[in-house]
Amino acid sequence: MTDPRTPEDQTPTPQATETPIAETQTSDSQRRILTPGSDLNPRREFLRSAAMFTGTVAALGGGLEVLTRRPGLSSAEAQAADPFSRADRPLGPYDTKEKVTPYQQATTYNNFYEFGTDKSDPARLAGSLKPRPWTVRIDGEVRKPQTIDIDTLQSWFPLEDRIYRMRCVEGWSMVMPWLGFPLAALIRRLEPTSKAKYVQFTALLDTKQFPGQKQQVLKWPYVEGLRLDEALNPLSFMAVGLHGRTLPGQNGAPLRLVVPWKYGFKNIKSIVRITLTDKQPLTTWMQAAPQEYGFYANVNPAVSHPRWSQATERRIGELGRRKTLPFNGYADEVAALYKGMDLRKNF
Amino acid sequence: MLPVAVLVYDALSGALGANPIQRATLQTGLLTLALLVLSLACTPLRLLTGWTWPARIRKTLGLLGFGYAALHFLIYLFDHGFDLTLMTEDVLKRPFVTAGFTALLLLVPLALTSTPRAVKRLGFQRWTRLHQLAYVAVSLGALHYYWGVKKDHTPPLIYAAVIAALFLIRFLKRRPARSARAGSRAAKS
Repeated sequence: MTDPRTPEDQTPTPQATETPIAETQTSDSQRRILTPGSDLNPRREFLRSAAMFTGTVAALGGGLEVLTRRPGLSSAEAQAADPFSRADRPLGPYDTKEKVTPYQQATTYNNFYEFGTDKSDPARLAGSLKPRPWTVRIDGEVRKPQTIDIDTLQSWFPLEDRIYRMRCVEGWSMVMPWLGFPLAALIRRLEPTSKAKYVQFTALLDTKQFPGQKQQVLKWPYVEGLRLDEALNPLSFMAVGLHGRTLPGQNGAPLRLVVPWKYGFKNIKSIVRITLTDKQPLTTWMQAAPQEYGFYANVNPAVSHPRWSQATERRIGELGRRKTLPFNGYADEVAALYKGMDLRKNF
Repeated sequence: MLPVAVLVYDALSGALGANPIQRATLQTGLLTLALLVLSLACTPLRLLTGWTWPARIRKTLGLLGFGYAALHFLIYLFDHGFDLTLMTEDVLKRPFVTAGFTALLLLVPLALTSTPRAVKRLGFQRWTRLHQLAYVAVSLGALHYYWGVKKDHTPPLIYAAVIAALFLIRFLKRRPARSARAGSRAAKS
């Protein structure tokens, strides 16, 4: 809308509306407009600038709409009735009793830069992601390196539900009913060697499936990582489903990481490779802005993001803000992992 | 006013999505910047084309821009529970907020002196000089936008480029025009 042509494009509109008034003066409504005043010229000028102005504002509004796409749009899948009912199952030991974010919102408000930077992009474009067939490569410091089909991988473990809080570094949060298996179970099955200290995750790199990767907004593929003891914590989870159904593309199909005490960007989506290493992985957001996004990224209301406070958050679906909890409310489970560490430095 | 109507309609119909306040903040912020840039484009447009109509809608665009800036700020305040201590802390501690808040403050005297009477009272020269604050305000606005974006800086950079281009046109066109102004004006009419 800052296109310099916009005002020019508006010029025909006022002329078109103005000319018949000046020339014919036949219609009743037009006469009513014209009769009260004797001096025609200022009135014409007024009409002209009013029309011009309305046109400009309309163009502006339209331009903005294009610029910032409506997030209300969603896939047909998201419109379907929500089959997930918490009454169906008992709560697990790590489940929160807080109100679960509806499927519609959890699947249309996503950060997934592989599709685009707007939060409506993932739901709009997720159709290009093909989560089957899908293989995951497992390598590095493990006794059983292998490339495995996602369905086989999934069949290794009994799937379980986990209702977790999720806190985005941008200051909003959701409550997500994931379906999947503990990361610890996977790692133990891979039999890490004594050299394994970290787990590195790599997401799919494919501009055909991820149109957002055509732009180097971030360095692709997306890479995330955990310290081995973090990965072995019972909270660390590999999700393959959401709301009792297969994980939608925009939420990271077919396999994603969920570490609920860390900011959302740690929860890498659409994983194709898991590598156990002896070195701390250089994660994508650390590469992009190391002063803003650290390796640990633990939810911490006491450590502000350089550009905004992390003390409060908005739970999606609520208008007000709530206080952010240390470790996103999972301090009892994970605080011990960081004993003796300065979390202001290791943010 | 149309965008405000659209905003209200979207808010009521749920089209603002899962995080309506964040979206409304973004929308009003973008509208502010767009309107200010448009109002600043009026003079260069007149200088380039000789048209007079841009100059006539300039004030309205500027005032609308201020209106949206105020709305943007109100939504921010609402978002933070009208907690003025929190706001002060934000303004003082975060350059991103400082830039935006300063831009808004700079627009206040401009809006207050937008009447013909104010022009008379201040005298045209002083009024003009005062209203050059709009250049600072719009630049701060673009900076505020740039700093507010997490990663994809393309849109704020486009704004910055347009603003820079408008300044450049002003600079190039004003200088030689100063001596030839009387002549060119006669020629045009």
